[in-house]
Amino acid sequence: MSLRLTLRSSPDVPMEADCLSPQRLAGMSLQTIERLPVFYGNRQTALADFFAVTGQTGDVLQLEGDLSRIKHIGAGMTGGEIRIEGNAGAHLGAEMAGGTIVVSGNAGDWVGPEMRGGRIIVRGNAGHMAGSAYRGSSIGMHGGEIIIHGNAQNEVGHGMRSGLIAIGGNCGDFPGVNMLAGTVTIFGAAGIRAGAGMKRGTIVGMQPMEMLPTFSLSCTYHPPFLPLYLHHLRKLGLPVAESHFTTAYQRWCGDAVELNRGEILLPAPTS
Amino acid sequence: MQIGTTQIEDTFAEAFAMWGTRVLVTASSAEWALAAAQSMTGFATSVIGCKCEAGIERELGPAETPDGRPGTSVLLFAMDKASLAKRLVERIGQCVMTCPTTACFSGLNSEHGVSVGGKLRYFGDGYQISKKLADQRMWRIPVMDGEFLVQDRFGIQPAVGGGNLILCGVNNTVTVAAAAAAVSAMRSLADVALPFPGGVVRSGSKVGSRYKSLPASTNDAFCPTLKAVAAKSSIGADINCVLEIVIDGLTEAAVRSAMRVGMSAAARPGLATISAGNYGGNLGQYQIRLHSLVDGGVAP
Repeated sequence: MSLRLTLRSSPDVPMEADCLSPQRLAGMSLQTIERLPVFYGNRQTALADFFAVTGQTGDVLQLEGDLSRIKHIGAGMTGGEIRIEGNAGAHLGAEMAGGTIVVSGNAGDWVGPEMRGGRIIVRGNAGHMAGSAYRGSSIGMHGGEIIIHGNAQNEVGHGMRSGLIAIGGNCGDFPGVNMLAGTVTIFGAAGIRAGAGMKRGTIVGMQPMEMLPTFSLSCTYHPPFLPLYLHHLRKLGLPVAESHFTTAYQRWCGDAVELNRGEILLPAPTS
Repeated sequence: MQIGTTQIEDTFAEAFAMWGTRVLVTASSAEWALAAAQSMTGFATSVIGCKCEAGIERELGPAETPDGRPGTSVLLFAMDKASLAKRLVERIGQCVMTCPTTACFSGLNSEHGVSVGGKLRYFGDGYQISKKLADQRMWRIPVMDGEFLVQDRFGIQPAVGGGNLILCGVNNTVTVAAAAAAVSAMRSLADVALPFPGGVVRSGSKVGSRYKSLPASTNDAFCPTLKAVAAKSSIGADINCVLEIVIDGLTEAAVRSAMRVGMSAAARPGLATISAGNYGGNLGQYQIRLHSLVDGGVAP
């Protein structure tokens, strides 16, 4: 049995509902859950003003409706599962340490900022700053996985320290900016300035990228770790083709304005 | 008790508690994976002289390996956890990392683990790269053909070493053939390794020696040339060749299964007796009675 929250009326302004995680709701009665405070714009209101609450609490929390204005869903969660049938708002899974969030639609900006573990799967598109550090913070995602089947916008993995971000579609500018470690894989086209300021870490692009002049080509080879990631991502439903396993990759090292220990791997051009 | 015309002695193999692990070696081709595995399992016949015992378990198809390449499964055994950890680092570092195109993974899920890639990474001299996927940390060590990928920690588990069969034949030809057949049958089983050359040892040993510096010496009780002079010979007048098969396994059940299969495959006219080596039950933690295996029992 799971707890189901169905959005009855779409909020006109963003609502902050960091109470929406399996741990926060564990053991609560439906009446208690309905009375939980949420911030609707700048005023406090009750969860039941917007959601119909049914079922009973457990490891699975199901949310239904267009939740694109509901922020902080799953923030800080440590286990269990959130299934969102619809869209999700900003700060989805912020700083989460465990568990799984699955979004059937799109997600807003700041998917999994500074997350430490667990997995977020977005079947549609995601906004800016997926897996990033908050402004003023130097370290972004510390661990876990963010899997975006569609497109993502700017600054994916900003300041990322560990973990895996995979984007099935295109991404905006500055993917992996200021990366410290971890892996970002982009199956579609990437915007400009990939890996700007990265110290360590890996960006794998399956489409040609415009390289910054502070990146240098080291070699063309078959990275032995890459098949493990490709098998993993294929199991998660990303568009991994046989050619991704067989092709050779160029290894670009950078960013030379920083530590120069990062890398961008790109399929070698076929002559 | 007999299998066909072969007499099964009423005795037991005395086996020892060891620690074991499974190592998966992959490469761009089955040949390179096998080359690394053969190197890794070389000079690993007996803990007495080699500090560990190892053998190739089987070859692996691409669908069976973590990176989807051909591979070979190796079993390695040592007397304790610390020794096993050292041997893994030595042998993977010297025999697998050195072999073109290889990568190396733990093949054992266990609550016990030892650092391997975590130590070998220093060969990268600061250029090594850590990758963590699904709670498994890997190390990418730059080498001259690209990168050597090795898992950070390898699972290890309590194991059983020193299961054995002693095959006593009327001549060299039939005894060698019986041993080869037994080895072939035993190698079809999982979780066991036969660490000696071709799975067979002719220089079986006893504990101690008249020379103080030697911890072990020839097993004179089973040497046909000493029947007339040894203080106590264990072989009959018709025996002119004796070969031993030593079995190490990840579990006692695996060792018992291998011994049972080996006896069935070895038994034939001319192989007069199948015996087993023991120390009177004073040294090993396991006693595997041959008759319990012939009866079909493989339970511990």
